[in-house]
This record gives sequence, C-alpha cells and structure tokens, in this order.
Amino acid sequence: MGIILTLLRRELAAFFLAITGYVIIASVTLLNSLSFVVLMTNLGSSPSPIPVTEMFYRTYFFWLVVLLAAPVITMRLFALEKASGTFETLMTTPVSELQVVAAKFAAAVIFYLVTWLPMIACLSVVRHFTNQAGALDAGTVGGMYLGIFLVGCLFLSLGCFASSISRTQMGAAMVSFVLGVTLFSLGFLAEALPATAQWQSQALSYFGLFEQMHDFARGVVDTRTVTFYVTATFFFLFLTLRAVESRRWK
Amino acid sequence: MIEAIDLTKRYAGRTAVAGISFAVARGEIVGLLGPNGAGKSTTMRILSSFMPATSGTVRVAGFDVFHQSAEVRRRIGFMPENNPLYPEMRVREYLKFRARLKGLGWRRSRERVTTVMEQCGLTDVSRRIIGQLSKGYKQRVGLADALVHEPDLIILDEPTIGLDPNQIRSVRQLIKSLAEKHTVLISTHILPEAEMMCSRMLIMYGGKILAADTPENLQKLMAGNSQIVVEINAPEEELRAAWSQMPGLLKFDLAATDGGFQRCLLTPDDSVDLRLVIFMLALERGWVVRELTRNRHSLEDIYVQVTNPGEEEEN
Repeated sequence: MGIILTLLRRELAAFFLAITGYVIIASVTLLNSLSFVVLMTNLGSSPSPIPVTEMFYRTYFFWLVVLLAAPVITMRLFALEKASGTFETLMTTPVSELQVVAAKFAAAVIFYLVTWLPMIACLSVVRHFTNQAGALDAGTVGGMYLGIFLVGCLFLSLGCFASSISRTQMGAAMVSFVLGVTLFSLGFLAEALPATAQWQSQALSYFGLFEQMHDFARGVVDTRTVTFYVTATFFFLFLTLRAVESRRWK
Repeated sequence: MIEAIDLTKRYAGRTAVAGISFAVARGEIVGLLGPNGAGKSTTMRILSSFMPATSGTVRVAGFDVFHQSAEVRRRIGFMPENNPLYPEMRVREYLKFRARLKGLGWRRSRERVTTVMEQCGLTDVSRRIIGQLSKGYKQRVGLADALVHEPDLIILDEPTIGLDPNQIRSVRQLIKSLAEKHTVLISTHILPEAEMMCSRMLIMYGGKILAADTPENLQKLMAGNSQIVVEINAPEEELRAAWSQMPGLLKFDLAATDGGFQRCLLTPDDSVDLRLVIFMLALERGWVVRELTRNRHSLEDIYVQVTNPGEEEEN
C-alpha cells in the first residue's frame, strides 16, 4: 500500500506540476460552461419540466468532454515513461506491475474528478436563481456525479490500455480516442439495427452509453448499468496489466 | 555476485546476446566493453530483470533474475542508458521517491537521500528541478538513485556518455569510490574509461564475449608484438642491410622523410628490447638518430583486433 501511495503521489504531482494539467482543467471547464450557457439560454426562452441535470446531458458537450479529456489525461501515463526510458528505471525497482497500474489509474481518476469540480459552480448558480427544489435535488445530482465517475472510469481505463500499448503520447491519444468513439457509437448501432435482430440489439444496448448516462442524470441508478461500467473498467485495466507485463514474456 | 550461464536473447529475427557465460565476484568493478550494438545493454537489462532472457540462467546474489525477480531488484541499483529521469521533479524529491519505491522506510529514506546527495555532490542543487540541471548533474542524480538503497550490485549502462571531460572525470572518480562497498558492472564503448576504472574487462562483440581478463593481462597478451619506431639519418641501402642482418628482427619498413632521415618501423620477434642494439649500431656507424621509441600495443589495438577481426585480416 505504501508503494501505491508513493506512486500515486508522484503521478498526481506530474498532473498538477505541469502546465498540461491546467490546460486540461481549463478546457473541460470551458466546454462545460459553454454547455451551461446553451442550457440557460434555452431555459430562458421556454420553461422545462425536466431536471436541469438531465438537460445537461442531453447536450453533446458532456460526451465531447469525456471523449476528448480521457485520452488526453491518460496518454502520458505509460507512453511517456516508455518514450523517455523512465519505464525501465521504474520497473527495475521492486514494485509490481499491479501496483503501477493501480496507482496510475487512480491518479487519472482523481485528476478527472478534479476537472469536474468547477461544474459545482454551475449547479450553485442554478440553485441560487431558480429557488425551486425540483430543479436540483440531491438524488439527481448524486446520480449525475455517479454517472460522471463511472463513465470516466471506463474511458480512463480504456485510455490506460491505449497508453500501455503505445510508444508515444500522440499514438496513445489517438488509439484511445478511436476506441472511445467506437465504444460510444456501439449504442447507436443498436437503435439502427432492424427489429428482427433480437439478441444483437439486446447485446448492443448494453453499450448504449448515451442512454445510460441519461438515466443517471435523471437520478435513476440501474444496477445492470453500474455492473456494466465496473466490469468494463476492470476488463480494460486487466488488459493494461497484461500489456505492462508483456515485456516479461516477449 | 553475478553468475550468467549460457545467456541468450533473441529479438524477432535477431540475436542480441548469443550464449554468453560469465561470473562477477563480490567487490569487483567489471567493465562490459564493446562497440555499439554488441549486446551490452541487452545483457544489463536482463541482469536488472527488466526483461527475461530467451534461454540461459542468471543469478544475482544467488537469486534467479526471472523467478525471484523482486529479490533481485531489491539488491541492484540500475542506471539505464541515457539516464532517464523525471524532469519535472526536484532532485531531493526525486531521490526520496525512488528510495521509497525501493522499499526504504520514511525515516531511512530521508537519511539515505541526504547521504547519497553528499556522496554525489548534489547538496547544492537539492531544491533544483531536474529538467533544468546540467547533464553532469543529471548523471549524478542517476548515480545517486542507483546508490540510494545501498544495493549489493550497481549496474551502470554508459554512465559517462555525453559528458564533457571534466564531468567524465568526476563521474569516474565517483564510480571508483563505490568499489569499496559495492560490486559494480559498467558498460562502455570507450576503452580508456574501462582501463581506468575496471579491475576486469569483458569485451563483447556480436553478442559474444570475446575476451575477459584484467586490463594488464589483456595488454600482456599482446605485448610480444610491440613495435619500434626509429628515425635515423643514414643511406637507405646501408640501413636496409643493417636491418636485415639484425638478429631478432622479424620485419621492417622504411620510408624517407624530410632532411635525409629514414623513418623505420621494426617488428621484433619476441619481447626483446632492440632499442639498445639500435643505439649502439647508430653510434658505431655515426648515424644521427632523432627518434627511437617502442610502441606497446595499447588496449585500443586489442579492442580493435578483437572486435574487428574482419578488417584486421584484410590488412
């Protein structure tokens, strides 16, 4: 555990000591704020019966943030160490591959959550000006953050995997962006399939990330969805671990 | 300390290390010497258990580098080629991070970091950001990292590459000072460096160890073939006659230089010193000598000869 904490500290320091970390935070905040402005403008012209959080996820800004931010956050993790050679110094100390993967993923998740913190300001703006309990209640906000967390974990684990199989940061970012977009598009494929394709569309509907996030934003936490995210995250982390270990059986 | 038996590493379609065996005893400084691409770095990566060998076994301090990898890694300090560091960290912070990774406790790592920073002359730059340090300082940070957990074996891959002569000197001094407590394995393709620092040298070429001995022994091996250079003012014909009659002289070469002098390269048959004979001859005939030296085969010749057999034959 001590070693994981040591590694985690260094990974977090790498995020927050470099300018890139702040550029990512600023970009995410910009996209979120744009989304918020669009939302407010629409609300100003016509009142809406659905919760603000839900409307927030109807916009594509949220997915833009996840699809873009996750690759950028994770691309550095393994690829940079491999490119600069520090991977060698790291793996010749008595640390295990599991500890390294766990620490790097945890650091990415923590950083990702930090990039979402400025969003709280948007919510408090809503709270301050609407004076309506229905606009924003604990359940929907909680569901929304759980959704942000779970979706984030999935895409970050995907990014970790991409980084672990790439030699350069750019390569890692591209691979994880392509994988992320593919995963995201699978859900739409289910809708596009003809009604006769029973099990295929059933299977693909589990990948309907867009619809699932919609549920979270409404405050609906479906255990199937949670299980799906957790399983998929662990699956990609497992692949990452294997990729990091692969130099030992090459 | 190190026992390597029949170590082989094949990359896809290429053999980097071809069945080498060697042993390094505790307290030795051993130089792994060879041209670029000879398999030095690969050997070191296997020793540091960064990657496994295709076949063969290596034991470090009695532990197998593959099956007991964690035990081995606890006992080695490895500085890879080009000395990779985290440029955004500060010197002290980096060393402390490394000490903690290597399993040192909080208090112990603080003590050790202070000690190695003094040992490597880093105390003045302890608060500086690594990315902004000069190459010499960075190299010392790498060395300090390799030392911080008091490993039994220190493996340094090209520790002086890219440094200026003064920095090379100080790094060498530092490495020499390690010999008292640690076993050191250094790779280099610079021969004088190995000659100065190492108690034993392994010359690698094409994935094989071609020669392994102390620098002195390697030199002695070749000493019989030393050459004598004479520059002498004498008529060419007489000189040729004198050389061909001289006992113990195998081969000679003549070339006229300025002012009527002849530059002669003489190869004696064994390690007989012909210089006195030559001097007496010149004195007797009244020839003027302006140079009379013996070229011992330097380790450089041995190195070239061993690592470049093809070219040697063509000559």
